[in-house]
Amino acid sequence: MVQSELLEIRGLSKSFPGVRALTDVDFSLKSGEIHALLGENGAGKSTLIKTLTGVYKKDAGKVFFDGKEFEAHSPAHAGQNGISTVYQEVNLIPGLSVAENIYLGREPMKYGNIDWKQMRAGAQKALAKLRIKLDVNQELSSCSIAIQQMVSIARALDVSAKVLILDEPTSSLDEGEVASLFEVMRNLRSQGIAIVFITHFLDQVYEICDRITVLRNSKLVGVFNVNELSKVDLVTHMLGKELDEESRKSHKKDGQSAGDVFMELKDVVASGLGQMNLKVRKGEVLGFAGLLGSGRTEVAEILFGIRKPLSGELLLNGKKTNLKNPRNAISHGIAFCPEDRRREGIIADLSVRENIILAIQARRGIFRTMSRKEQQRIVDKYIEELKIATPDAEQKVQFLSGGNQQKVILARWLASNPKFLILDEPTRGIDVGVKLDIQDLVGALSEEGMAVLFISSELEEVLRSSERVLVLRDRNIVDELTGEDINGAKVMHTIAEGSTDV
Amino acid sequence: MFKNENVRKLLWPAVALLVILLFNVFFTENFLNIEVKDGHLFGSLIDILNRGAPVLIISIGMTLVYATGGIDLSVGSVIAISGAVAAQLIRPGYIHGILEYPDPPTSLFVVIGVPLLICAIAGAWNGVLVAFVGIQPIIATLILMVAGRGIAQLVTEGQIPVFIHEPFQFLGGGFLMGVPFPVIVSILLIAAVYFLTRRTSLGLFIESSGGNPIASRYMGIKSRLIVLSTYVFCALCAGLAGLIICSDIKAADANNAGLFLELDAIAAVIIGGTMWGGRFTLAGSVIGALIIQSITTTILAFGIPPEVTLVFKALVIIIVSLIQSEGIQDAINTWKTKRAQA
Amino acid sequence: MENKKGAGMKLNLNLNLTKKNIPILSSIGIFLLLYVVGGLFFNGFFSIGVFSNLFYDNAFLGVLAVGMTLVIISGGIDLSVGSVIGFTCTFIAYLVEVKQMNPVLAMFLSLVIGTTAGTLMGFLIHNFKLPAFLVTLVGMFLFRGLAYQVSLESIPIRNELFLEMSQVGLFEYNGRTLFPMASLIFIFMVMLGVYMSHFRKFGRNIYAIGGSEPSAVLMGLPVGRTKIMVYAFSGFCSALGGIVYTFYLQSGYALAGVGMELNVIAAVVIGGTLLTGGAGFIEGTLVGVLILGLIDTILNFYGQLSSWWFRIFIGLLLFLFILLQTWLTRSNIFLKYAMKQQQKRNDAAKGLQETSQHS
Repeated sequence: MVQSELLEIRGLSKSFPGVRALTDVDFSLKSGEIHALLGENGAGKSTLIKTLTGVYKKDAGKVFFDGKEFEAHSPAHAGQNGISTVYQEVNLIPGLSVAENIYLGREPMKYGNIDWKQMRAGAQKALAKLRIKLDVNQELSSCSIAIQQMVSIARALDVSAKVLILDEPTSSLDEGEVASLFEVMRNLRSQGIAIVFITHFLDQVYEICDRITVLRNSKLVGVFNVNELSKVDLVTHMLGKELDEESRKSHKKDGQSAGDVFMELKDVVASGLGQMNLKVRKGEVLGFAGLLGSGRTEVAEILFGIRKPLSGELLLNGKKTNLKNPRNAISHGIAFCPEDRRREGIIADLSVRENIILAIQARRGIFRTMSRKEQQRIVDKYIEELKIATPDAEQKVQFLSGGNQQKVILARWLASNPKFLILDEPTRGIDVGVKLDIQDLVGALSEEGMAVLFISSELEEVLRSSERVLVLRDRNIVDELTGEDINGAKVMHTIAEGSTDV
Repeated sequence: MFKNENVRKLLWPAVALLVILLFNVFFTENFLNIEVKDGHLFGSLIDILNRGAPVLIISIGMTLVYATGGIDLSVGSVIAISGAVAAQLIRPGYIHGILEYPDPPTSLFVVIGVPLLICAIAGAWNGVLVAFVGIQPIIATLILMVAGRGIAQLVTEGQIPVFIHEPFQFLGGGFLMGVPFPVIVSILLIAAVYFLTRRTSLGLFIESSGGNPIASRYMGIKSRLIVLSTYVFCALCAGLAGLIICSDIKAADANNAGLFLELDAIAAVIIGGTMWGGRFTLAGSVIGALIIQSITTTILAFGIPPEVTLVFKALVIIIVSLIQSEGIQDAINTWKTKRAQA
Repeated sequence: MENKKGAGMKLNLNLNLTKKNIPILSSIGIFLLLYVVGGLFFNGFFSIGVFSNLFYDNAFLGVLAVGMTLVIISGGIDLSVGSVIGFTCTFIAYLVEVKQMNPVLAMFLSLVIGTTAGTLMGFLIHNFKLPAFLVTLVGMFLFRGLAYQVSLESIPIRNELFLEMSQVGLFEYNGRTLFPMASLIFIFMVMLGVYMSHFRKFGRNIYAIGGSEPSAVLMGLPVGRTKIMVYAFSGFCSALGGIVYTFYLQSGYALAGVGMELNVIAAVVIGGTLLTGGAGFIEGTLVGVLILGLIDTILNFYGQLSSWWFRIFIGLLLFLFILLQTWLTRSNIFLKYAMKQQQKRNDAAKGLQETSQHS
């Protein structure tokens, strides 16, 4: 293996309105290595990739590629220069043939026309380099995701890629497919191609990668050789520094004092999730710990009636219930703050006031409208309590910063006074002060008897706020921790190794 | 300048309307004159309101559909259906060459009720295709736009039935306390819709369903039913407009009734500032409809053939939508965000 | 082993064929059914004259449909086509009769205007991200209004050169010109459309953009240029359709082509093009146009059913095809899922075999 610096990024910074996505990040890549880029939600992985490949324009920093300073103007420009990306949701055209997908935009021509014969032969050859044989005339959408990724890789290589970025390629593959993909990756590595591998499966990192770069909170944590870093250390780097036990909340009750069971899943199986059991108790903060893609959001969606269990029972207050849809879940006093607030949370065109009162109003129906005075009272109360920074209640919510939008959604659900509040990544992309506010609020709510499910990529936060923590790994609940067992070392070990024994 | 955003948004359409009216004050003779003849009001301004009533009524329905992120292309055809059905009820034998009216004459209740019921069914058809089958609104309503005029012609068998029906004629040609009755009908409708959407939470739910269907679902709003009901309501508005047109000309022209009216209505809604899938403003649509009608009336007054108004309407729509377009709005929004966060 | 692989591939291909081709196969089926039914019920239906007329009476529709097919495949829509026809008819008649202009020059001018208008609409749609239906709706207003501006009355065309041109045909039969100029233009445009959509980068890029615009951008395809060109081409087709319609009418009339955009869209959809973009064939559109023509012909032969049934039938067919499309794209999810499960195993096994074979 030739080991020379092929790509070097120095001091890269990028921010979006209200968010710093990358802060002074360095990254280096050698020819013929597979380099894992790891980090949780919002750590800056995808911003790094997108800035490198010209989707975003960098604010500061330098990129050296092949010894020369390089700046990509667009993904296509990056691709032509040898930096190609294969995304998880394959960025090809599903309705066209495999051959065309490899050659779109650079079709072989003959007498000014597309030379289909040569295109097919070329596609066949490009795939053969990956040791894949398939009918290149078939529609891409009729191929499995694994094959589609191979086609995408074949396209990238055919444009003469020196750097191949694989963005979570394995998350929708089964074991056999992952094995074939790794075979291809090893093969490419031996040909001197540098591969950036983004994944949330730690086992895979250890199976195939040479080096690891870890990002957290938009900053570089460090670069490590795989064989010099234990899994537990890796998880620690990803999720945050070794946790200080003292930082756990003093007012927190221990697991025993929680109230009756509000909601229970018994042997529930849903598509993409393993069989699971879980209990939600009144007046308790339940935390989900686990990496991105471990199934956190999916479980929350079952609890809110978005995802239907295939088998097993869902009990509400001890009674078997079938949550038909979110509306049904809401009528049982369940509330859900979704992870993607722009897509699933805020109504951008409406005002702060309207966004807050919508959930209550939806419950009251069309004709039992609240008076403007009553609305104002509720809205003012939450603007003050949650310190929502807005000029006034009539401001359109789309003009607020991310953190304040999050608070508006929180206010929306708090105002409807739910019995069980599900918070999926409530602090994502929010600055530290607001994070602490929200954590305190969660504590206070549970004191008042509300059941809260707290899901976050930041382990520290989950540990600080929760009385009971369920550890998720590879779409299964693998462990339940209470009381003294809730500590960083234990959780990280479980996430890393998947077993309960330390 | 104006603190209330709703008022601020109406500013430009209102200015545009004012400019058109002012232009008329200077260049059209007796534009502001309102005379009383036989106890009825007459004058250019009254004429704008009276002639504009059908567009106004349809644009109210279209406003709600537009706010849910949809569009209803079939209103023109629904207008034709409603008029055709009404004429057929009044004079069922006409298409077979029998000129006699039924004895006793068809009751007003039937003449108005049955066409509206049929229009509601047409609207429900559109609504089900959009909200429950999940077909894009342009396509779903295209079906009825194509077939609807055929259905209307089927009802009249391709003829143009003319009729006399005193009570029904009042709807399009009558005067109440000196005011043309269509004007009163549209004012009543606007008041009713305003009450129904803004004094209840319906308007909020419509805006929420249009603005973010997923978030609305997560809040327990029955988005699909709401979307369906806006299509039904829009078809009812079209039906009412169809009855007014039919009653005014005392005939049902299945081929030409309501032709291009869907475009007028869409134009009125866009000019008024209703967002596609989001905030709607009834007042804006009313102003928009009046602008559309004023352009028509102005051009008529200048002796330009009325058909050419289409060119002016086209220019107005494209200018307004360019101002509202993403490219230009993005710049404004960034500026606003900065100000809001500062 | 070779055998097994072959079988797996064949299965794939079959599934593909059905899935991708259900709409176009249904179109061909409907066409044959209508043709046979017409032939069985009416005397003289199977004559070459009727067949030739199918291409003559619907020539303008066909020319428009070629442009519309590409627009719809690209994921857009063009509502302005009917009005452009009205404008072109009036404009040519006005120039030739009132201004005594050479008809060839008049036709050339109208083609330039149509193409320019299409380019402009494409520009607004792409550069200002305005919805296509809105921009082309404005185009629809504008051209109808301009047509009225040119002339409110119908202008009959008596120019000899023009009339001669419209009568040039493929061959004579019983003293009638079969496949006259209008039909030839129609057939030529269909062939041009087929050629462009299969053998030109421009054509393939249209499919890519309609299939997934973000992917097309990431692949470095000239998205903006292609989108604008698609509308320009549709504008060209509309103007050419207007010329063909003028050949047919031999007069200019501002109301010509009112509601035509709907028939065109119907023909495209009935021809099997997906309204959501990304899939469809010009060949299918030809079948769609001929189906519309056949319905019209049958109604004419039958005589008792009146013209409005045409609209109702078209609406009905449109509805059925849209339902079929919705069902297909919906059930795709299930189909794909089942196939994925099955193929996952196949591919993994195959991939492993391949790798073990080579290494």
